[in-house]
Amino acid sequence: MQTLMQPRQAGTEAPPHTGLAGPPQMGMAAQYITCTLGDAEYGIDILSVREIKGWTETTALPHAAPWVRGVINLRGTIVPILDLRARFGQGMTVPTAMHVVVIIQTATRMAGLLVDAVSDIITVAAEEIRPVPEIGAGVPERLLGGLIPREGGMVSLVSLDNLITMPDAEAASGLLS
Amino acid sequence: MGFDHLRATYFEESGELLESAYAQLSALAEDRADGDTMHALFRAIHSIKGGGGAFGFTRLVGLAHVMETLLDRLRDGALEGTPERMALLLKATDALADLLAAEQRDEAMPAGFEDGLIAALAAVVEAPGAAAPTMAAPAAPAAPAAAAVPEGTGWRIEFRPHAALFRHANEPLLLIRALRALGPLTVSAALDRLPGLEALEPEDAYLAWTLVLAAPLPRAAVEEIFEFVVDDCDLSIDPLVPAVVQDDAPVMAAAAVAAPAGARPEPTAAQSVRVDVAKVDRLVNLVGELVINQAMLLQLGSTVPPEVCPGLVAGLETLSQHLRELQEGVMAIRTQPVKSVFSRMPRLVRELAAQLGKDVRLVVTGEATEIDKTVVEQLADPLTHLLRNALDHGLETPEAREAAGKPRQGTVHLSAEQRGGRILIELSDDGRGIDRARVLARAKERGIVAPDAVLSDGEIDELIFMPGFSTAAAVSSVSGRGVGMDVVRRNIQSLGGRIAVESRFGEGSRFVLSLPLTLAVMDGLVVSVGREAYILPIAAIVESLRPRPQDIDEVVGRGQVLSIRGAYIPLLPLHRAFGVADAVLDPSRGIVVIVETDNAGRVGLLVDDLVGQQQVVVKSMEANYGTIAGIGGATILGNGRVALILDVAGLATLPQAGASARHATAAAVALH
Repeated sequence: MQTLMQPRQAGTEAPPHTGLAGPPQMGMAAQYITCTLGDAEYGIDILSVREIKGWTETTALPHAAPWVRGVINLRGTIVPILDLRARFGQGMTVPTAMHVVVIIQTATRMAGLLVDAVSDIITVAAEEIRPVPEIGAGVPERLLGGLIPREGGMVSLVSLDNLITMPDAEAASGLLS
Repeated sequence: MGFDHLRATYFEESGELLESAYAQLSALAEDRADGDTMHALFRAIHSIKGGGGAFGFTRLVGLAHVMETLLDRLRDGALEGTPERMALLLKATDALADLLAAEQRDEAMPAGFEDGLIAALAAVVEAPGAAAPTMAAPAAPAAPAAAAVPEGTGWRIEFRPHAALFRHANEPLLLIRALRALGPLTVSAALDRLPGLEALEPEDAYLAWTLVLAAPLPRAAVEEIFEFVVDDCDLSIDPLVPAVVQDDAPVMAAAAVAAPAGARPEPTAAQSVRVDVAKVDRLVNLVGELVINQAMLLQLGSTVPPEVCPGLVAGLETLSQHLRELQEGVMAIRTQPVKSVFSRMPRLVRELAAQLGKDVRLVVTGEATEIDKTVVEQLADPLTHLLRNALDHGLETPEAREAAGKPRQGTVHLSAEQRGGRILIELSDDGRGIDRARVLARAKERGIVAPDAVLSDGEIDELIFMPGFSTAAAVSSVSGRGVGMDVVRRNIQSLGGRIAVESRFGEGSRFVLSLPLTLAVMDGLVVSVGREAYILPIAAIVESLRPRPQDIDEVVGRGQVLSIRGAYIPLLPLHRAFGVADAVLDPSRGIVVIVETDNAGRVGLLVDDLVGQQQVVVKSMEANYGTIAGIGGATILGNGRVALILDVAGLATLPQAGASARHATAAAVALH
């Protein structure tokens, strides 16, 4: 795995946020932005979300993993865009102007997540979060930090730190070929 | 300001002070010293000691203190600056640097590390040959000064602070109180410079003082009090008319000689402001954004018919010019003299020469050459390595040199100069040079070149940069681990630089590093491949052309080569290297840009078309993504889109492209 050792470029405006990947402490509540991929709903820690913007064309990166859609210019910073659907192994998203990119900032990196739509902000107490069962629904388990049962469905919490760790370029090109 | 911050500032300043101390020491050693040299050296050590005391670095203070005592004796002329004493001071300064570095890492040097030096220094100070009749024990800080021979009956001090005195955090009252502690003091203030209330700047210093100190103290005791304000005031310290003492003529003569030093000349060092690098970087980034913006405006401007807005083009032109100047100005803030890294080298040479039993003289020139701060910082490792190499492999032992009819002492020359938009750093030695027969034999043995390969001298010299190549017969702690020159080359390339070697067997070698002035902006050629645009660094481009079909040949299993003026150059289609769809596949319908790589010679990059030349602001890909083979960074084009900047050296070593490129080079060599 390529680790996150590169220092962040000076001049990116955001104060580094500690990227809460795990669920909140017992008795505490946390807020999540929920977004959709088809019928499924995913939760992203609101403290990690920098902004939400519409889909724009990206510049493709050579030797990148299939879920890396390329990079965009976010007011002078180069930000990679990840296709969340493809990251979860559910095929490539065909982006339109209606698709949404959630820009997240973790302790080490900034990235954009391509999703179908953003739907809600939910407040969840720590007790409500259930662990992810060992046998997941096709999504590599470590990409999810927990499950929240909701009326009429379930929200899967995205583990951002694991999500944006980029696999080695060679491993990725191996996947491609 | 937190304690950690103060500590960091102390170490930073101490680093600069040490640099200054080394510079003064070498000035003294080379007889370039003037009246101020010894004072500056004393001030540097004194300041390191002072700050160190505040942080409780007792060992450091202990060493600095005896150094200071010796320096004081030298400064008074009580002791003579013999080469042995200078060498001792140099060693002590090295030790001081080690102690400082250890404190900075929160470690401790081995116990007793500095004891020998302290004893040696104390012995020099207390030597019976010393001119002073009495000598204080080095343990009492104020003692040596107080114990020296009294001069006259007292001192008349004219102290006229410059306006900026307060802003430099100095307070005359404290100085006057300190003087009063030395003896009876008469103070009279001169108000002649005091303006009317309406013109008064509250932070300026207007008053001046005449201070008469009626105590028979040495001049140094008085000077010490003004040590930190001499640059911020006009100061004259004159002996009171000696009413009594006339019997000690030599002492008076000494005082007369010392007098001009009291009225110190204005320091020649440039005025400077200490600014956080992050602030400068922010400015650099902003200017970068402006450059992008301006490129966008230019693009828009070209679409407006001139008759619609006649002044537009001229206005945009002026904007471009000013912006370029602004950019150069901002970049200049980031630059730093290479001195800060060059100044570490003499010590390295001294230590290595002693370790290897060689006699080496290091000549350093062009230390004032300025280059981007980041480049300066990252130069230390490659330079250290090259220097180690020169001493270990290049220079012979004194005996071998004599046998070869050379002077026993070897010379290593380190120089820096600006040439055009680049900085050239040269390291040359007059050692044995590269033994090409041995290098070639070793390369064949290691399978780096084919056993039957015929290489030119230049190509053989290049082999020393290949990974895993080392000719040192025995692996030593100095060099010879075989991770050397290829790492040096990678380091230099990651800075956007190039390294080349020239050598004459038996006469010496010369390494030339060519580095960009700045890393933040470069001139690039925008090329298109399919839907993508890439930036090629102009510095790497040799030429570009549209080949005729008959110039393209297929070398079986090794890709295409381009025949140009009788030579064959491997072709690297960018669309294949980067997996771009919808690109021009037929070389004769696209453009071939020939680039110079350091490791694979010339390579022809096949692109669809040339779009234009422009200045690009280099943005990091590593910050949010990671490194990509063949890509050096990214930039933002006038239309707001991201374009990737090609890393020419990295391209040639891409797995599939590299293999074919290298083989094709071998083929081209064979065809010569």
